[in-house]
Amino acid sequence: MTAALAAEIAVAALLLGSGALVLTAALGLWRLPDFFQRMHAPSLAGTLAAWCVALASIVHFSFLEGRLSLHVLVINVLLAISAPVTTVLLARAALFRRRQAGDPLPPPLGGSDSASTDGAPS
Amino acid sequence: MSTFLVVAVSITLVLYALAVALGALRLVRGPHAHDRVLALDFLFVVVLLTMLVLAIRYESSMYFEAALLMALVGFVGSAALAKFLLRGEVIE
Repeated sequence: MTAALAAEIAVAALLLGSGALVLTAALGLWRLPDFFQRMHAPSLAGTLAAWCVALASIVHFSFLEGRLSLHVLVINVLLAISAPVTTVLLARAALFRRRQAGDPLPPPLGGSDSASTDGAPS
Repeated sequence: MSTFLVVAVSITLVLYALAVALGALRLVRGPHAHDRVLALDFLFVVVLLTMLVLAIRYESSMYFEAALLMALVGFVGSAALAKFLLRGEVIE
């Protein structure tokens, strides 16, 4: 087996894995019953699937150009910074809107101090 | 580009298309506004990954810049929408 064939197999496996992970995330987004459960699913696409595609791209372009090409990692860094911010903002917005509407809230995680201030606008 | 890799890329794009369809379904159906924002954020991430896969398929680096823009615009859009849901206005 030549090195180029091994690289192609690695790229194909990583791409198919990312496809399966993104489809899992979409199924979770569609099937899970509650909003706070649904929030868990899309982060799979932003972390594991994005890393699979980035690794596949690094392997492919490194073999294509004959030198190490790592510029795709910028996107992963950007996603790693932006995804938690979006998630926290959305969770606070959902908690606030649910409290305004009088719908049942999810039970608090631990101490009573974190549950009383979380999500309320200051 | 070998045919083996072309087939793998095609299967991956079909899986992404199914994911986009499910996300769009949640975007249309979503019972609350924050469900729709979550689905929109997910769609941005999937289209970003599609750009990276197309960069591998056509061996071009132009798609990389499109993916970078997609990440930036997706983050700003989702953060602004979440802020709007939380406070009623984006910039106070």
